[in-house]
Amino acid sequence: MKIVDDSPPVLSALDRPNSYIGRSVPRPNLARLTQGRGQYISDVVLPRMAHVAFVRSPHAHARIKKIDAAKAKKSPGVIAVVTGPEFTKVMTPWVGVLTHLKGIKSAPQYPIATERACWQGEAVCAVVARTRAEAEDGCELVEVTYEALKAVTDPETALDKATPVIHPDLGDNLCFERSLDAGAVDKAFAESDAIVETTFVFGRHTGVTNEPRAVVADWNPGEQRMTVYHGTQAPHMMQNLFAKHLALQEHQVRVLTKDVGGSFGIKVHTYADEMATVALSKLLKRPVKFVADRIESFVTDIHARDHRVKAKLGVKKDGTFTAFEIDDLTGIGPYSVYPRTSGIEANQIVNLTGGPYKCPNYRARARVVFQNKNVMCQYRAVGHPIACAVTEGLVELAAAKIGMDPLEIRRRNLIADDAYPTGSASGLKFEQLSHHEALAHLDAMMNYAGLRAEQAKLREKGIYRGIGFASFIEVTNPSAAFYGVGGARITSQDGATVKLDATGAISIHSGVTEQGQGAEAVMAQCVASAFGVPLDKVRVVTGDTDNVPYGGGTWASRAAGIGGEAAWQAGKALRQNVLAVAGSILQAKPEDLDIRGGIVVDKSTGTERLPLDELARVAYFRPDTLPPGFQAELMATRHYVPRAWPFAFTNGIQASYLEVDTDTGFVKLLKHWCVEDCGTIINPQLVDEQVRGGVVQGLGGALFEQCLYDERGQMLNGNMADYLVPMAVEMPDIEVGHVVSPTADSELGAKGAGEAGTAGAPGCVMNAINDALRPLGAKPLTDMPFTPGKILLALGRV
Amino acid sequence: MKPAPFAYAKPRTLKEAIALLGKHKDNAKLLAGGQSLIATLNMRLSAPTLLIDLNGLKGLDRIARKGAKVEIGALARHVDVERSDVIAQYAPLIARAMPHIGHPAIRNRGTFGGSIAFADPAAELPACLLALDGEIEITGPKGKRTVKAETFFKGLFETAIGPRDVLTAIRVPAAAKDNRYGFSELSRRHGDYAIVGLAASARTTSKGLADVRLAFFGVDATPLRARKAETALTGGTIDDKRLNAAVAALDLDPSDDVQATAAVKKHLAGVLLKRVARQLLETRT
Repeated sequence: MKIVDDSPPVLSALDRPNSYIGRSVPRPNLARLTQGRGQYISDVVLPRMAHVAFVRSPHAHARIKKIDAAKAKKSPGVIAVVTGPEFTKVMTPWVGVLTHLKGIKSAPQYPIATERACWQGEAVCAVVARTRAEAEDGCELVEVTYEALKAVTDPETALDKATPVIHPDLGDNLCFERSLDAGAVDKAFAESDAIVETTFVFGRHTGVTNEPRAVVADWNPGEQRMTVYHGTQAPHMMQNLFAKHLALQEHQVRVLTKDVGGSFGIKVHTYADEMATVALSKLLKRPVKFVADRIESFVTDIHARDHRVKAKLGVKKDGTFTAFEIDDLTGIGPYSVYPRTSGIEANQIVNLTGGPYKCPNYRARARVVFQNKNVMCQYRAVGHPIACAVTEGLVELAAAKIGMDPLEIRRRNLIADDAYPTGSASGLKFEQLSHHEALAHLDAMMNYAGLRAEQAKLREKGIYRGIGFASFIEVTNPSAAFYGVGGARITSQDGATVKLDATGAISIHSGVTEQGQGAEAVMAQCVASAFGVPLDKVRVVTGDTDNVPYGGGTWASRAAGIGGEAAWQAGKALRQNVLAVAGSILQAKPEDLDIRGGIVVDKSTGTERLPLDELARVAYFRPDTLPPGFQAELMATRHYVPRAWPFAFTNGIQASYLEVDTDTGFVKLLKHWCVEDCGTIINPQLVDEQVRGGVVQGLGGALFEQCLYDERGQMLNGNMADYLVPMAVEMPDIEVGHVVSPTADSELGAKGAGEAGTAGAPGCVMNAINDALRPLGAKPLTDMPFTPGKILLALGRV
Repeated sequence: MKPAPFAYAKPRTLKEAIALLGKHKDNAKLLAGGQSLIATLNMRLSAPTLLIDLNGLKGLDRIARKGAKVEIGALARHVDVERSDVIAQYAPLIARAMPHIGHPAIRNRGTFGGSIAFADPAAELPACLLALDGEIEITGPKGKRTVKAETFFKGLFETAIGPRDVLTAIRVPAAAKDNRYGFSELSRRHGDYAIVGLAASARTTSKGLADVRLAFFGVDATPLRARKAETALTGGTIDDKRLNAAVAALDLDPSDDVQATAAVKKHLAGVLLKRVARQLLETRT
C-alpha cells in the first residue's frame, strides 16, 4: 500500500512555529510495543494471584437444575468453585437500558447465570485455581445438570405469540422499537417515476481483537480498595460500574488499562465474566485474573450487525430522490448490553439512513428483539455500515433503474457544499460537510472514466469487473447527547493535565485511552505544538483513574477531536503560566515572549532568551530569586466537551473496483478508494491508517465475516479457522484522499476518523459486485457476506 | 485453551519411540510439527497422557532423489520441501501445492509426514500423494513396510498407520519428461483449507493423455480419485465437449460445511476439473 494523497498541512492558527499538527510523526509508544516491551493485561502478574476459568453453557437456553462441584473442588490447584447464587452476596445485577431510548427494556443480568443459561457460552460456574490450566482442569470436573429449553433464535418470529418469551417478566421479546415519519412519504412515493424496493441482510459479526478481553482484579481488604487492571476503552465508566455493583464508593476503585491490544468497540461494554472476576477478588480477598481465550471470545465478545432491513426509495426521472423508507429488524441476544444498551445500533440506522442526501421524506421503523444467541452491541462504526449499505444500495439500484450514472445521481442529490448548516430528515444536524468536493476528488483520483472504459473492454472478453460507490456520513465527537442525557454515567467531556518537570520536559495526563490506534501520538502532538517543545520532551500518560483527569476514553471517534482539544488547551494554558515565570525572570512582558522548540524566545524576533530547563531550575529550586508574591504554576488542566453540535459529523465517499469470477463466484478486490473529511488532520499517517484499517473491517463484513448459528442457537464457526477475518493477501490497495472542513466548535477543528472506512466499505463492495453482474441479468445481491455460494446462486450456476 | 496435563518424552532413536508407543498405545500421541496436534490439545479435543516428541530423531528430514523415486523424510518441514530443488525438478506437483499450505509460520514448523499422517480430508498433500501414486513408509515394531497412497487413507483422519507405528518417509515417482501435472484449489482466503481442490497427474502421449489421475480434496472423508472423469480425459484431443463430458462424469458426493453447500462444492469441483485439465495439456517448463 502506498500513501498517495497525503494532505498537506492546513495553514491556520494551529501553525505555530514548531507545530506538529498535520505531520506524520511516529507514535511515542512505537519502540516499546514493537520491541515486545509493552505490558498488556495478560502480562500482569501479582503476588497470590489466582486464575479463573468458567464452565459455559453448551445450550442456547437451559434451566440449570444442579451443579455438582465436589470433584472440581478436589482437583489439584483449585482454590474455589463459585456458582451464581454466591455472587449475589457481593454483586448486584444490572439492566442495560437508557432513558432517551424510549421504551427500551431488558432483564437483570448477573455475573454468571443463576438459574437459567440464555445463550451458548454464558458462564454458569466459576473455577478459581493457581493456574489457568488447573482452573480448566477443574471446569472439566464440574457436573452441571441442564434442562434444555426451547431456544428463540429467529428474529422474524421472536415476537410471534407462539414463540416463548425469554424473560417472562418483560411480557414479550421486544427490547426496543422506534418509528420515525418525516415529510410526506406516501405522497412522495406516489409522485415518483420509479421505485426500488429490496431487503438487505447483514451477517452477525464480531470484533476479533488481537488481544482478547482481559482483567486482573485485586481487592485489598486493608485499604478497602479494588484495583482493576482492565483492557478497556473507558476506564472511568468501568470505575463507576465496578463501584456501583460492588456497593463501593467510586474512590474505592482504581482502573488501570496498561497497553490494550485492539478494541474496535468490543472493550467498551460490561461483560458478565469480567464482572464475575472482580466479584471473585472481593470474595476471595486476593488478585484474580481472567483472560478470555479465542474460543470464549467468539461466544462472549459482543457481536454486531445482525440486521434485516426492508428498504424502499422513490426517484424521479431526473434522478431526484423523493422518499426513503426502511424497516429494520435485529436480534440482539438475551440481554441488552450494559450500560450503552443494544438499542443504539438500530437507533443509528434510523438516524443515518439517507443522511448524505437532501430528501425530506423519510419513514423508518426499527425493532430490536431478544433471542438466545450471544449478545450484540456497539462495534466499530455502530449502525453506519448498515445505514450506508441500505442507502447506497438503493441509490445504485435507482440509478440502474432510470439509466443514470451512479456518480451523476449522487451529484443530483447530495446536500450541496454551501447549504450548511443544515440537517437530515431524521433530525441530525450538520455543521459543515463536503460531499460534492469529496466526490469530485474521488472521481479524479480513481480516473473513473478510464475505469469505465476498461470495464467495458474487458466485458467483451468475458471478464466481469464492477465499480461501486458509497457516500457516507459518520458520527464523531459525541456530546452528552449520546449517553449522558440517557442517564448513563458515561462522560462525553475529557480532560488533560500538562506539567513542566524540573528539567524543562513536560508530561500530559489524558482521559482518553490508547488501544493501539495512536491516541497517545495525537495527544503528544497537540500538547507539544500548543506548549512549544520538541516531541521527545513529551511523556503521555493514559489509562489510570487515579492519575488522569476524568474522561470518556476511546469510542465513537472521540479521542483526537475531544481529547486532542483538551490537550491543546492545556498546552496553551501551561504556556501562559510558564511565560509568566519567564517574564518575571527576564523582566519582560509575558505577551512579548513565546516558547519554541523548548526555549523561551522573543515572540517577534525569535531570539532565544531562556531555555526551559533553566526556567524550571529557577522555578523549582530557586523560587527565592523570583519577585515577592509571585508563585509559579507549572501544571495546567483543561477540559473540553462539544457544545454547539450534538455530534461533529464527518463525510466522504468510497469506491471499490473488483472482479467477479463468474465460474466460481469468487470476488477479487482490485482497488479501493476513500476520500473523507475529518476536519483538521493532526497526523496524516494515523488518519490514513485508521481509514485503511476501517475499510478492511468493512471489507471483512462484505465478503468474509459471519457468526454462523444453527436454529438451536449453536454457533457453528467460533474459531479462527472457520470465522474468516480479512487477511492481507485478499485486501486491495487502499488509496486515501482528504477534504478538510474543520469544526468551528473547537480551536483544533479536528473531527474523528476511526469509523469512516468501516462505514462505507461494505455498501461500496455490494454495489461493485452488482455492477459487475448486472449485464448477466443476476438478481442484485443484498445479503452479506457475499460468499461464492450466494454469487453462484444469483448467477443461476448452482 | 490450556491442554489437559500430559507427560512428555523426547526419544533419540526411532526404536525408542516405537517402544514408547508399544507401552502407552492409544494414550500416546506423536508430536512432529505440532501444527494440528497442539491446537487440538489446547482445545481439549484430544487428551493423551503422553506426548512423544519426534523432533529429536536424526535423519528423518532428508529430501533426495533415489533412482526413479523422490524420497521425503517424514520430519522434513514444509518450508524445506517448498524450497527444495529436488522437489522442484522431480516432484513439481508437490512444489505447486506447497504455497497453498497454511501460512509461512505454519510451513516453518509443520512437517510433510505430519500432514500425511494427520490426513485432513481438505489438505493438499494427501491428494498430491494420491495423484502421484505415491507410497508411504511406515516403521513399526516388526520393521518397515510400505503402503500405497491408494490404500493408506482409510477414512476421516484414519490411515494405515497402526497404534505402534511411526510414519517415516514418503516416496513418489520422479517426474519424467512426458509427465504432466495440474493443481488448483479454491479457498476463501489464501492459506485456508480448501473448499475444494484438485491435484492431478498424467502422461502425455501421441494419442493424448494417458495414466490420468485426478485426486480431489475437500469433498469427502479422504482424498478421492475421480475415476470416471479420468477415463473421460484419457486419449484423444481434449476440447470443450470432452471437458464437459468429464465434468458430467464426476460422481462426487460432498456434504455441506460452514464454507459451502454440497451443491456449491460439486459445481466448483467441475470448474476445477476444467482448469486443471487445461494445465495437464500445457508443456512443462
